Amino acid sequence: MQDRISPFLITALAIGIAILYIPILVLIGYSFNASALVSVWGGFSTTWYTQLLHNAQILDAAWLSLRIGVAVSTGSVVMGTLAAIALVRFPVFRGRFLLTGMVNAPLVMPEIITGITQLLLFVWMLNVLSWPHRGFTTIVIAHIAFCTAYVTITVQSRLKTADRSLEEAAMDLGSGPVRAFLDTTLPAIMPALASSWLLSFTLSLDDLVISSFVSGPGASTLPMVIFSKVKLGVSPDVNALASLIICLVGVCVLIAGYLMRRAEHERLRDAQLAER
Amino acid sequence: MSETAAHEIAGRNRGGNGRGKAHGEWLKRNGKWLIILPPMLYLLVFFLIPFGFALMISFAETAVRVPPFTDILSIGPDRHIHLSLHLGNFQYLFTDEVYGLSYVYSLKTAFFSTVICLVLGYPMAYAIARTSRSTQSVLLLVIILPFWTSFLLRVYALEGIIRETGLLNSALLWLGIIHQPLKIMHTTVAVYLGIIYSYLPFMVLPLFATLEKLDYTLREAAADLGSPPWRIFVDVTLPLSMPGIIAGSMLVFIPAIGEFVIPTLLGGPDNLMIGRVLWDEFFGNRDWPVASAVAIAFLVLLVGPIAVYQHYSTKQLEA
Repeated sequence: MQDRISPFLITALAIGIAILYIPILVLIGYSFNASALVSVWGGFSTTWYTQLLHNAQILDAAWLSLRIGVAVSTGSVVMGTLAAIALVRFPVFRGRFLLTGMVNAPLVMPEIITGITQLLLFVWMLNVLSWPHRGFTTIVIAHIAFCTAYVTITVQSRLKTADRSLEEAAMDLGSGPVRAFLDTTLPAIMPALASSWLLSFTLSLDDLVISSFVSGPGASTLPMVIFSKVKLGVSPDVNALASLIICLVGVCVLIAGYLMRRAEHERLRDAQLAER
Repeated sequence: MSETAAHEIAGRNRGGNGRGKAHGEWLKRNGKWLIILPPMLYLLVFFLIPFGFALMISFAETAVRVPPFTDILSIGPDRHIHLSLHLGNFQYLFTDEVYGLSYVYSLKTAFFSTVICLVLGYPMAYAIARTSRSTQSVLLLVIILPFWTSFLLRVYALEGIIRETGLLNSALLWLGIIHQPLKIMHTTVAVYLGIIYSYLPFMVLPLFATLEKLDYTLREAAADLGSPPWRIFVDVTLPLSMPGIIAGSMLVFIPAIGEFVIPTLLGGPDNLMIGRVLWDEFFGNRDWPVASAVAIAFLVLLVGPIAVYQHYSTKQLEA
């Protein structure tokens, strides 16, 4: 039974949500401001958006960030899914404790420490192995390390609730364990893989601190360009760019949330059908 | 990799030739390592081992070369391997008071921001937990959306509200509450506002997870026995939601200590948090050994809170 929620709680919730959203909405509103003075409303205009299309620095950075994002999310879905399978399906193996720790630690480790330590590794590797050169490659490698953690946790929780009877049936019919997994369980956890791909993409697209450390000369991601502009103060073209990124990330998160919810509904429905 | 594994096993099932069979047996026993090893090795090499490098370099000396520090291990003319550990960087952390002060300042800022987030986030999480299932999923999405949105952009958006000509000052001036614009940007208040604004979702989500599972019949029982609402809250709700309080607090506290973007963009020159000191040491002074020593010392201070967080989050997962 749900009893009445006190007005105090509703007010607290409303204030909290207002705090979270007002700055973002104001930012988006000001991105359509015709005036170059950020504090004066000069009428509706899309000037700043069209200007973005002519800014080579921002376009280059956006292209680099998108390429990094796609490589990172693909790589971390592979790594994270393998880690999730290992942790869910193999209850005992040497190094399980280590793997659990390494999967959870990036979630709470301050980015600045992860960034510094990874940079030191890359510097040593370049000296000794002459690979990788700092830029695209190092950013992708560094991002995969922390995105894997998020993928593992998402896929792990889905895999725990996945029904294994189909997989067992496939094995009884003569499929090997890998084939059986690919044919039955993989399609079932696909929504979790898709949503963790999208979430990794947004994490990678947003990262400033780790990218700044491990990147080299000439490779500036979108957040790095924005950061250097923002340090100089509020400017109208950053408003437009920020609004675009926020909308892109918002769409990714909404799709990811929708996929997870639909999968959850299907699972509950199947469970109810099975009980009858 | 999985393709070949599947073929091998398929071959075995069809009673393939002797060699295939041997492969099949081998795969059956060791196949799981094909799944475990890639993520294990990846995280080992690109996440854990780098900490070893930081530890090593924190014992090196600064040098004018690429990379800018001396070797710790060297082979001398007598063909012996020399290990030279230089403790000067750690001594330096104690002699130059900027490090100690910024540690204390970061801890203080993170602590008070965590408390304010808890006070703001608890009623929010509680309210969400009391709504119906369908409302819950909508409200959760509303909280999660900013959680995933770029920190940098949200901090930037906040600047648009609190700067001298921003929305807050305009509104207050228009309402006649103030006659001079408030100076919030580049002050301690702005740093607190930034941290609270950025990390509030991190507090609400774990709190909601425990409050949702709370057994409300216990509250009803307490009410039937004549407890006033505030006693029910203190005696029943609060203790039962402790795992969520601790998980949420750690999720705010730990990253807030290392925060770099917020004090840099919103704070003034005296808001020296450790993340900012590290960044300047690295990019400004280019003193990698001292930066590594700062990072290692910082990490040592974080081990406690991280262990507490891990303990409670695994407990919560098992529950």
